[in-house]
Amino acid sequence: MNAPLSGPGSATQTPGREPARSGLPRTSRTARHHAPITATGLVAKVVLLGLVAGIAIWAAFPLVEAGHWLGLGVLAATTAGLFYLYLGRRHIPAKYLVPGTLFLLAFQVLPVLFTASTAFTNYGDGHRGSKDDAIVAIQTSSVKQVPGSTEYALTIATTGDPATGDLVFLLSDPKTREAFAGDAGGLRKLDAADVTVSNLSGKVTAADGYTVLTIGQASGRSDAVTALIVPTDGGAIRANGLTRAYEGKAARAYDAGCDCVTDDETGRTWTADEKVGSFVAADGERLTQGWKVNVGWKNFGAVLTDSNISGPFFGTLAWNFAFAIGSTGLTFLLGMAIALALHSPRMRGTNVYRVLLILPYAMPSFAMLLVWRDMFNTDFGLLNNLFGLDVDWFGGTWSARIAVLLVQLWLGYPYMFLVATGALQAIPAELTEATSVDGASPWQSFRAVTLPLLLVALSPLLIASFAFNFNNVNAILFTTEGGPFAPDNPRNGATDLLITYTYRLAFGAQGAEYGLAATVSIFIFAIVATLSAVSFRRTRKQEEVYS
Amino acid sequence: MRIRTAGVVAVLGLALAASGCGDSGSDKPAAGESPKASGGKLVIWADDKRAAALKPFAEEFGKENGVTVEVQAVSKDLQTNFVTASQQGSGPDVVVGAHDWIGNLVQNGSIDPVQLSAEQKAGFNETAVKAVTFNGQLYGVPYATENLALIRNTELAPEAPKTIEDLVAAGKKLKADKKASEILCLQSGQNGDAYHIYPLYTSAGGYLFGTAANGDYDPKDLGVGKPESIAAFQKIAKLGEKGEGALKRSITGENSIITFTGKKCAFLVSGPWAIAEAKKANIKYDISPVPGFAGGKEARPFVGVQAFYVAAKGKNKALAQEFVTNYVSKPELAVALYRAEPRPPALTAAFDQVKGEDPDLAKFSEAGKNGQVLPAIPAMAAIWDPFGKAEAAVIGGADPAKTITAAGKTIQAQIK
Repeated sequence: MNAPLSGPGSATQTPGREPARSGLPRTSRTARHHAPITATGLVAKVVLLGLVAGIAIWAAFPLVEAGHWLGLGVLAATTAGLFYLYLGRRHIPAKYLVPGTLFLLAFQVLPVLFTASTAFTNYGDGHRGSKDDAIVAIQTSSVKQVPGSTEYALTIATTGDPATGDLVFLLSDPKTREAFAGDAGGLRKLDAADVTVSNLSGKVTAADGYTVLTIGQASGRSDAVTALIVPTDGGAIRANGLTRAYEGKAARAYDAGCDCVTDDETGRTWTADEKVGSFVAADGERLTQGWKVNVGWKNFGAVLTDSNISGPFFGTLAWNFAFAIGSTGLTFLLGMAIALALHSPRMRGTNVYRVLLILPYAMPSFAMLLVWRDMFNTDFGLLNNLFGLDVDWFGGTWSARIAVLLVQLWLGYPYMFLVATGALQAIPAELTEATSVDGASPWQSFRAVTLPLLLVALSPLLIASFAFNFNNVNAILFTTEGGPFAPDNPRNGATDLLITYTYRLAFGAQGAEYGLAATVSIFIFAIVATLSAVSFRRTRKQEEVYS
Repeated sequence: MRIRTAGVVAVLGLALAASGCGDSGSDKPAAGESPKASGGKLVIWADDKRAAALKPFAEEFGKENGVTVEVQAVSKDLQTNFVTASQQGSGPDVVVGAHDWIGNLVQNGSIDPVQLSAEQKAGFNETAVKAVTFNGQLYGVPYATENLALIRNTELAPEAPKTIEDLVAAGKKLKADKKASEILCLQSGQNGDAYHIYPLYTSAGGYLFGTAANGDYDPKDLGVGKPESIAAFQKIAKLGEKGEGALKRSITGENSIITFTGKKCAFLVSGPWAIAEAKKANIKYDISPVPGFAGGKEARPFVGVQAFYVAAKGKNKALAQEFVTNYVSKPELAVALYRAEPRPPALTAAFDQVKGEDPDLAKFSEAGKNGQVLPAIPAMAAIWDPFGKAEAAVIGGADPAKTITAAGKTIQAQIK
C-alpha cells in the first residue's frame, strides 16, 4: 500500500516495468509464443467471461424495460470492453488493473457521487418520487365513496378473448337484483332475461354476449381492471377488488393550467411550489405528498447556519476526536503491552494466553456491546453489583465517556495485540541484542529500536483504526445512544459522535431526510479524508527517516 | 484459432445459461403453462411471525381464486424497506404492519385507501377503525389491537391498585418487607420511553396533540411544552429517582419483564407480549388498567392496531384489494393470527370467539377501553425521541419546567 509511492524505489524505473515500455513489440510477441494455454486457464477464462456475459444479459432486460438507454449503453460498452480485453492477448497491465478499477467505480466512486448528488435535493420521506407520482397519490388517496350510492357485486367480463379483449364490468345491485354493464363509455342496464344472477353471491354469473372471466383470469389482467373507470353522473364506478365495485369520486383534482390541486368539497386550492417540492395552500398548509426537487446549496446552508446543527458541532467534534484517539491509543497501548509481555522468551504457556486474549475478538461485537450496556446498568448491572458501587454510569457525562472507552478498549485490544505480535516477530532479534550489548536498558532499547520499528509497520493500521473509530456508530448507538443528554437539550448528548448526531438529525424529525443526511456526511467525509491524508503524509516521512 | 472459436461458442453458451438462470426466478411463467399460474401473482410482506401464520390462508386464497400467492417474511425494518421497494417498483402488493406507519406511508404515496362497506366496517372494533383512518380516509383493514395494562403478581399484590399512589404504597411496603426490590417495573432506560410513560402523562393532565375538526390529531396544536405538560411532569418527577423511587432509568425494555418474572417487582406496566414470559415463569398474575394519579384524569394508554394495506404501486392491485377487503375481514383468519401471536383481534366476531378460551384478552381490552389511538400523523415521529429523553431527565431529577419546555421547542422545530 505504501511502498510503490514512496522511498527510493519510485525514483528509478522498477525492473519489471522497463522491458514492457522499451521493448514492447518484440518481448510481447515472444511472450505470446511462450505463454502456454493450459486447460485450467482456458476453462477459468470461459467460465468467468460467460458469467460476465450472463450478468450483462440479465441486467439488460430491466434496463430495456425501463427505457434506460444510457445505462444500457454503459452496460454494453463495459461488457464489450471486457471481452475485447480478455479475449485478446495484448494489454497485459490492463488485465490486472481493470477488475479492481471496475469494483472501485461501482462500490466507491458511484456511492460517493450518489451521496453528493443527493445532498443537493430534498430527498426524504414525503419527497421521494416525481411530481407525477405525487399527483397520482394525491388524487387516488382522495377517492371517496359517493354518499348513499349503491355497492355493486362485480363480475369481470369481456366481449372478446379473455386474455386480450376489452373488459366490461357486469354489475348487479344486491338489493334490487338489477344488472348493468359498464365500460369506459358509461353504464347501461341489462335486460333481466339476458343475465343470470347467482342467488348466493348476488353476482352476475352469465350474460348474453359477454364472456365471464374467472377470478384467476381477471387477476391476470389486474392492471386493466384497475384502469377501467365507468363514468356516472355522480362520479365513477371503480372496481374494489375483483368481486365488488363502488361509485366513487376523487375529491381532489390536479389542474395543469394553474399547476394546482383543488378540493371539490372544501374549495381549497394548493399551488405547486417547485422550490420545496410540495403543493402549498395560501395559508402555508402543505399536502403531505410531495416530490423530490433540487434545492441547490440549501442543505449546506442549513448545516452551517442552523443553530440546531452548528451549535453543538464543535463540542461534538472535540469529543469525536477524543473518542477516536482514545479508542485507538488505549487499545494500541494495551495490545502492544501484552504483545511485548508474551514476546519475552522467558514467558511460558504463551499459546494458551494468546488464545484467551483473542477471545473477545472472536465474539460478534454488536452482541458484546449490548452485553456491556447491561453490565453498566445502575441497579442491575454486573459492574455496580460486583464492586458494590452505585455509579450512574450512563447518566453522568464523564462516567458515560469513560464507560464507552472501556468497552472500546475491551473490544479492540485483541486486534492490536494480534498485529503487534506479528510486527514484533518481524523485528530481527539481533537489533535488540545489539542494544543490550551496548549497555542500553530494556526501556531504552524499546524506545530507540522496537517502538520505532513497530510504528513503521503499524502506522497505517493505526490510521485506519482511527478513521474507523471516528465513525463508529455501533459503539455509541448500542450502548449510550449518544446520552446522557442535558435536560434542556435533547438534540445532542455527551457521547454523541458526529455520525450518531447526524443519524438523529436525519431520521429523528418527520421521517427520514436523506438530503440533509447526505450533506452532513459530506462534511464528515471531508474531515476524515483531510485527517487521513495528513497522517499518511506524516507516516511516509517517518518511513523515510527509519528505512 | 480453433480453440478461440470454441472458447467464444462456450462463452456464449454459458452466457445464455447464466442469464436464463437469473431470469427464471423473476419472470412470470408463460400463460397456460399451468392453470394455477395463469392468473396473477399476489405478493404479501409481513414480519416473521405473521408471515408464518398467514401462509396457510394465503395459499387457500390462491387455490380458491386460481392465483399464486407468495408470503415473504421481512424480519427487519419492514416499513422502510416497503417504502423504498415501492418507490422502485419492486415492492409487494400487500403489506402487514402497525397503524402508526400510515402517515409516513401516505406521505410517500406507498399505500392506497381501501373501501369497506358500512356492513364490513361495523364488524370491527370502533377504535381499530378509527386508528386506520387518516385524513378522513380508511387506509388499512385492521386485524389486531394492543395496549398497555398493569400486570401484577397476585402472590405479592392480591389487590389491584386504584390509583398510582396506592400502587406506590403497596410497592414500598413490599420493598420494606424485602419481598421485592423494586416498586414498579415501568421501562424507561437512559433515554426514556414515551410509549410506556404515556398513561401516567395523560392521567396527570398532559397531551401530545390536540384534535382537529375532522377528529384527526392536529400537528399544529402541540401539547408538549404547554403548562399542562409541565404540571404532568412535575407529578411524574415525584415518582422519580429523587422522589418515591418508583420510576427509575435503570429499568429498561430489556430488564423490565425479566425483573417482574423474577419476582423482584410486583407490578409491571406492559402489553400482551409480556404474558407469554409470565406464563413461562409460572407467575400468578392478573391484569388491570394502568392506574392514574389520585384526583387526576384517567390514565389512557396508547392503542396500537395491526393492519393490512394495499400497496399503491403493487403490480396486482385489484387482486390485492380483493384479498385485503374481502378475505382478511373473515374471522377465521383473525383467529389464526391471534394464535400465532396473542393480541386481541380487531374483528368483533373473532374477538368473541377467542374471548372464552383466554380471559387475559378481555382484561387487556378492558384496560384499553379508554385508550387513545396512537397518532399516525408524520409529526409523531418528531415526538418519540425528545419526549423520551425529557422523561428520562425528569425521572433522574432534572427540573421539569426547563426540561419539558426545551423538549417542546425541539419537537416544534422538527414539525413542518
